[in-house]
Amino acid sequence: MALDSRVPKGPIKDKWTDYKNKINLVNPANKRHIDVIVVGTGLAGGSAAATLAELGYNVKAFAYQDSPRRAHSIAAQGGINAAKNYQGDGDSTYRLFYDTVKGGDYRSREANVYRLAEVSANIIDQCVAQGVPFARDYGGLLDNRSFGGVLVSRTFYAKGQTGQQLLLGAYSAMNRQIARGKIEMFNRHEMLDVVIVDGKARGIIARNLITGEIERHSAHAVVIASGGYGNVYFLSTNAMGSNATAAWKIHKKGAYFANPCYTQIHPTCIPRSGDYQSKLTLMSESLRNDGRIWVPKNMDDVLAIREGRKKPTDLSEDERDYYLERRYPAFGNLVPRDVASRAAKERCDAGYGVNATGEAVYLDFASAIQRYGKEQAKIHNISNPSAEKIYELGQKIVEAKYGNLFQMYEKIVDEDPYKTPMMIYPATHYTMGGVWVDYNLMTTIPGCYCIGEANFSDHGANRLGASALMQGLADGYFVLPYTIGDYLADDIRTGKISTATKEFDEAEKAVKDRIDFFINNKGTKSVDHFHKRLGKVMWDKVGMARNEKGLKEAMAEIKAIREEFWKEVKVPGNANELNPELEKAGRVADFLELGELFAKDALVREESCGGHFREESVELDGEQKGEAKRDDENFAFVSAWEYKGEPADAVLHKEQLEFKDIELKQRSYK
Amino acid sequence: MNLTLKIWRQKDSSAKGQMVDYKVTDISEHMSFLEMMDVLNEQLVNAGEEPVAFDHDCREGICGMCSLYINGEAHGPDRGVTTCQLHMRMFKDGDTITIEPWRAAAFPVIKDLIVDRTSFERIQQAGGFISVNTSGNTQDANAIPIAKEAADKAMDAATCIGCGACVASCKNSSAMLFVGAKVSQYALLPQGQVEATERVLNMVKQMDEEGFGNCTNTGACEVECPKGISLENIARMNREYLKAAFKG
Ligand SMILES: Cc1cc2nc3c(=O)[nH]c(=O)nc-3n(C[C@H](O)[C@H](O)[C@H](O)COP(=O)(O)OP(=O)(O)OC[C@H]3O[C@@H](n4cnc5c(N)ncnc54)[C@H](O)[C@@H]3O)c2cc1C
Ligand code: SF4
Ligand code: FES
Repeated sequence: MALDSRVPKGPIKDKWTDYKNKINLVNPANKRHIDVIVVGTGLAGGSAAATLAELGYNVKAFAYQDSPRRAHSIAAQGGINAAKNYQGDGDSTYRLFYDTVKGGDYRSREANVYRLAEVSANIIDQCVAQGVPFARDYGGLLDNRSFGGVLVSRTFYAKGQTGQQLLLGAYSAMNRQIARGKIEMFNRHEMLDVVIVDGKARGIIARNLITGEIERHSAHAVVIASGGYGNVYFLSTNAMGSNATAAWKIHKKGAYFANPCYTQIHPTCIPRSGDYQSKLTLMSESLRNDGRIWVPKNMDDVLAIREGRKKPTDLSEDERDYYLERRYPAFGNLVPRDVASRAAKERCDAGYGVNATGEAVYLDFASAIQRYGKEQAKIHNISNPSAEKIYELGQKIVEAKYGNLFQMYEKIVDEDPYKTPMMIYPATHYTMGGVWVDYNLMTTIPGCYCIGEANFSDHGANRLGASALMQGLADGYFVLPYTIGDYLADDIRTGKISTATKEFDEAEKAVKDRIDFFINNKGTKSVDHFHKRLGKVMWDKVGMARNEKGLKEAMAEIKAIREEFWKEVKVPGNANELNPELEKAGRVADFLELGELFAKDALVREESCGGHFREESVELDGEQKGEAKRDDENFAFVSAWEYKGEPADAVLHKEQLEFKDIELKQRSYK
Repeated sequence: MNLTLKIWRQKDSSAKGQMVDYKVTDISEHMSFLEMMDVLNEQLVNAGEEPVAFDHDCREGICGMCSLYINGEAHGPDRGVTTCQLHMRMFKDGDTITIEPWRAAAFPVIKDLIVDRTSFERIQQAGGFISVNTSGNTQDANAIPIAKEAADKAMDAATCIGCGACVASCKNSSAMLFVGAKVSQYALLPQGQVEATERVLNMVKQMDEEGFGNCTNTGACEVECPKGISLENIARMNREYLKAAFKG
């Protein structure tokens, strides 16, 4: 099948408006006869479910947690971007579009990104109307902060809990529709397959996680909003249950999977402390507004700190290497995430890591506390303030801005970050890759849509901070509700889709067989055992830096782990009860396939771009020496993989990317 | 450290449960409490036994899934944290730790340490929203300035994670802190005013129907709440309720 991105014709700034003017609509009376399944209730799925129900469709929504409010969007900390230009600092739709395309290292689809920037301002209006308590200034207007990779202040936030507040907004909109009977909510349900009838997605097979019952659900269209696949690394900032199953199942039924190798390793996470580690915790990028990143200049100091003979606060300014400020004077500590992560790895690989494992750098707030303290002393008319007074005033401001993050850090690490710098290290955080979708957010399966982090569409090879929340809500509130109508307009006479068909029989049987296999296998090793091994291969060979030899090894090793998994996995308990080990087994089985495709994709992409860094492709000289080297001539395409059985046999389809409105350039943050 | 765990085991909602003793060894003080539970479960799986079921997801104190009643306290001995943020450094070698599910009529046990909190969902569905459609035609976000203090207070109330620790800590199993937090968030914002009367009446009615108890102002909820939701929110809801009942 040839890939058709279905991007409307015309100038980029008119595409979305023209498109909306011309699409087919479903009249309100007919919407009552149309059912839509939404898998996932994070920002993407939650906002989509609420809006589709408001429009009049019958929505069935699914989540594996016990409430839509617990989707992992709840954990997003820092903020959400929107081109409001409230700060009057030169922001505009075009600038947000430009920043996102450049930040993504010129590997995203221009038309989608422009639309995202275009609807961004509306998101903030909508959320305020819903009662989302964004941060405000003393004049009562909305406040903004800056995020990495941009030169304007366009990030809206609610303390360090922006994702929580936005999700609770979408959740409240869902609740209103649940109360009206327009959304039927299936909590503690996991989608285990999609059902295709006459080439169209017409339903899903789901497992009730409490009773173990396998259920059939039909609809006229299926929307997948199941989040990212970062847990393929075992350790990540994702929730324990975050998984790729829904996305992977539709892939196996015909949806192409795009750019699996584009993963974001986030620079500021709490370093791991031991083998028992179950997940990693993010320290929001917003901290880089005020925190300065450094390691000691001299190896002697590194060793002294590791051995406890010196404290970081003992080092004078000129004994510190603020390596981001040194290497990237224009953006300093606010370079994009991929750049910041690689720079941390570079210093730690060179031996300058500051903790026992050698995998940590400092994030220091001392200068910010001083700066704010002095400013406050002036505001409060305190002449000749003492050093203690300055510290006290400064600390208050830092606490007001980041208090909950500092508390989180202290609880985990048992050190007070107001007094001693935080230790941080990069960790897997977000997946730019995902299910391939066209301009309508439809996958290569007709009637099957994919939104939010689960799709590939807007962030290219690297996502800018505060843009995932924006994309999730844009997809769900403002894009999908239009595009899906265009498709469903053909279905007004279809009537209810029956679940008593051979397609549902077959899908249900396959799901049941697999569950029975797990329960009856009675192998020798736990699910986590395999998941951890997979994670280690991914991190060591498909992590922040990749090369041909390592990627080939990774493919072979993952295949071997997968084969062993199917022989030796042990799942206690039964199929017809609440069984967390069984849930994990299904998810890890899918990760073991996805991981291999991921490595294969990284192998094929012989350039460095965004989060994908190939050691063979770096700038050899000039100002950019040592930086990632993109190859536009040969790789300005989206890799869309078609499933053919074994992951190694997947077939590559290329969507050539055209840049008509932005000039392709070396991405420089110097 | 080496520990003895006394854990509530219950096969399903209709089975009778009981406390069962387990031993875990070599627990590091840097582990989180749930990582300690992972060690126990890995041990059980390897021995061919069924692991202990407990709710958890984000493991960073924000999703509200985790819900263990540890040594007689919701979310355990530390303050201002959820179970998943609790660290083993709060315990000593040789300790015996009792681990139970939330206990409340409105939170029936599903299995082991997992309870059914859908009663909270139904309370939110009864009125925890502002009736505004996603048309994209709402007014500009800055059209109505909101005093920073009111916005900050609304935010403080809105940080409730819906974990249910307040209910589990209350001798009456009252849900007033949870409901008060939502009512307060909207009461403090101009956008929430239009439906204020109906909202508080409907949410309180649903709360009563779900079988949550009355509030007798003991304040145990505030002490155990991992998000520092203050009793002020209950007082505000009471004022809103009186105002609404008077009108209605
Ligand atoms: C710690 C952290 C901080 C972040 N901070 C920011 C930030 O400040 N700004 C920003 O823009 N982005 C941030 N991000 C990224 C952003 O939060 C996510 O990309 C985004 O929230 C994803 O939303 P989603 O709706 O696509 O998926 P999710 O919120 O992950 O929701 C997935 C949903 O799918 C359901 N689900 C999954 N699989 C199945 C299945 N098989 N069956 C049924 N249901 C299923 C789940 O139950 C859930 O409801 C952060 C991410 C993390 C991890
Ligand atoms: S009020 Fe506190 S204890 Fe109660 S549900 Fe909310 S966060 Fe949990
Ligand atoms: S697991 Fe999410 S709050 Fe504890």
